[in-house]
Amino acid sequence: MAGTLAEKVWDAHLVRRGVDGAPDLLYIDLHLLHEVTSPQAFEGLRLAGRTLRRTDLTIATEDHNTPTLDIDLPIADLTSRTQIDTLRANAKEFGVRLHSLGDADQGIVHQVGPQLGLTMPGLTVVCGDSHTSTHGAFGALAFGIGTSEVEHVMATQTLPLAPFRTMAINVEGELPPGTTSKDIILAIIAKIGTGGGQGYVLEYRGEAIRKLSMEARMTICNMSIEAGARAGMIAPDQTTFDYLEGRPHAPEGADWDAAVEYWKTLRTDDDAVFDAEVTLHASDLEPFVTWGTNPGQGLPLSANVPVPELIADENDRIAAERAIEYMGLVPGAPLRDLKIDTVFIGSCTNGRIEDLRSVAKVLKGKKKAADTRVLVVPASARVRLQAEAEGLDKIFLDFGAEWRNAGCSMCLGMNPDQLTPGERAASTSNRNFEGRQGKGGRTHLVSPLVAAATAIRGTLSSLADLDLPEGTDLTTFDGSPLAPLDPNVLVQV
Amino acid sequence: MEKFTTHTGVGVPLRRSNVDTDQIIPAVYLKRVTRTGFEDALFAAWRGDESFVLNQPAYASGSVLVAGPDFGTGSSREHAVWALKDYGFRAVLASRFADIFRGNSGKQGLLAAQVAQEDIELLWKVLENEPGTEVTVDLVERTASAGDVTVQIHVDDYTRWRLMEGLDDIGLTLQHEDEITAFEARRESWRPKTLPAKHLPKQEIVAARPAGA
Repeated sequence: MAGTLAEKVWDAHLVRRGVDGAPDLLYIDLHLLHEVTSPQAFEGLRLAGRTLRRTDLTIATEDHNTPTLDIDLPIADLTSRTQIDTLRANAKEFGVRLHSLGDADQGIVHQVGPQLGLTMPGLTVVCGDSHTSTHGAFGALAFGIGTSEVEHVMATQTLPLAPFRTMAINVEGELPPGTTSKDIILAIIAKIGTGGGQGYVLEYRGEAIRKLSMEARMTICNMSIEAGARAGMIAPDQTTFDYLEGRPHAPEGADWDAAVEYWKTLRTDDDAVFDAEVTLHASDLEPFVTWGTNPGQGLPLSANVPVPELIADENDRIAAERAIEYMGLVPGAPLRDLKIDTVFIGSCTNGRIEDLRSVAKVLKGKKKAADTRVLVVPASARVRLQAEAEGLDKIFLDFGAEWRNAGCSMCLGMNPDQLTPGERAASTSNRNFEGRQGKGGRTHLVSPLVAAATAIRGTLSSLADLDLPEGTDLTTFDGSPLAPLDPNVLVQV
Repeated sequence: MEKFTTHTGVGVPLRRSNVDTDQIIPAVYLKRVTRTGFEDALFAAWRGDESFVLNQPAYASGSVLVAGPDFGTGSSREHAVWALKDYGFRAVLASRFADIFRGNSGKQGLLAAQVAQEDIELLWKVLENEPGTEVTVDLVERTASAGDVTVQIHVDDYTRWRLMEGLDDIGLTLQHEDEITAFEARRESWRPKTLPAKHLPKQEIVAARPAGA
């Protein structure tokens, strides 16, 4: 029977088909853990006298709470330190592989899986973090779960899951210069709304998607949850296989060949039917920013702040009024004039090497706007090392930016990297909720290119606002994938 | 898990859409390693505002939250459910819920029931006209009533059954352990294992220092 990509991966993991309205029981290939959503799950196992069934399908890292400065000193915030210490103790007690702060493989959990080659097509991947949808870029069925489900996966390596519906998001045409995959996903969320994907697994398709690098695809899938969808997927292709080959945990030899042969079948059949379809023309896109307090409240950078009186739907109007008040905006004023206090470049959405390369390319030889604070936070310690090997750190420091250690950082402000009340940020992260980046903080979500241009000018800006040298090729601002790894230097511990 | 059949308690009208889990419980409260004691964290950013609904005496002891559409969006944090429960809520009614929040609620015995937006508006009117009015949520009959208004609530059959029986998911799944073991025997060898650990050579990570230090 014809099937979609998501249905194929689902069916390949059926331990047991649910009967009489019961959910299906699905096997989980990869379980990622971090310090925030795991302590209560470990405690649950302990209280029930249960073991962690498959430590060899589980990996943990420290990311949400970790400081990005002075990482060789004890963590100053005592509750954060307790939570990190709890993860370390739990990992030791239950035998879970953990990459701790200071380890070269530490970083945001959604970067660590892919860079180690653990994330691959056709897997089921879960983590107690809603941005687990990131891994769907490889053609995996990947979604965030709550702590009760974390405990369930620990104990059984399965999850009972109710069936989902499928939605195709067709992104046709070609991205204009100066726009990125971040602009695609912000435009999709603005189009279908923060609830538009509820109950669906999204599949991103079309010419514009196929042309994206692996990391740019991860940015799109990452924010599926911001459209309400638990998971977003992209069918694997040569771009996917090239990214994976040679990574530490990628299959080798006959296993690699068997895997690739199977992965090539992981595409939606031509005669398969989606429950819903949405089409977007990439060529129409401009750099996109959010103006409000949910990720669906976004507009092209050239637009003006909405005027609530002109919004017909009552709930939307009330939400817009609240957002405009919280964000300290004037209805009808140009978004471009907004003065930005802090530029944050990082997170599981846009903290990867390509993001840092494209930002560095814009910032090189320039100085930051006088009153603007600029934070560059790599998604993982390996990304930091790679950036330093390429000399990107020098570019950031010469520009006047702060070059930090890896972690979630200001994306959610669980560590000291926070906005102060009223402070306005242009952020490459994923959520502009009230207080998300610090109590009273005001967040505008942007692409790395808009973040870079904004850091130079001090107001929300795109590359088009910069005096770039005549003939600068804006189409090359999407970087290239991480350099292939030499399998001979792999080590086992 | 505590069984849920019917519950009667003060209804709280929360006239906001897109109440994300960062609003239900801000990230700073997620550093705790316990599963209880989050009542102070519920809607923390809004509790400082005198006009916020839970700061009004008639609603302060509420246990049935009647919210706007797209409740529980954003982060997967189950702490949002724990905070609602710790405060005393047993049920949340809204026209649309984020998938992860609804799932988390079901695991913790908090009823997240869908109610048509026009019915939510009816309940809001009753609760706002007579602050302190109780709402009866009847999972057996699938209704919610307040004053002279009775509306349908929607909960999928399986979640309803589990809530009414107070069943623990892990226990249910482990009844099928032989099927899990059989599935594991069939898994392909290319699928990744985290152990033994493989990685690039260890490298020293230099600690960044505060600017100007």
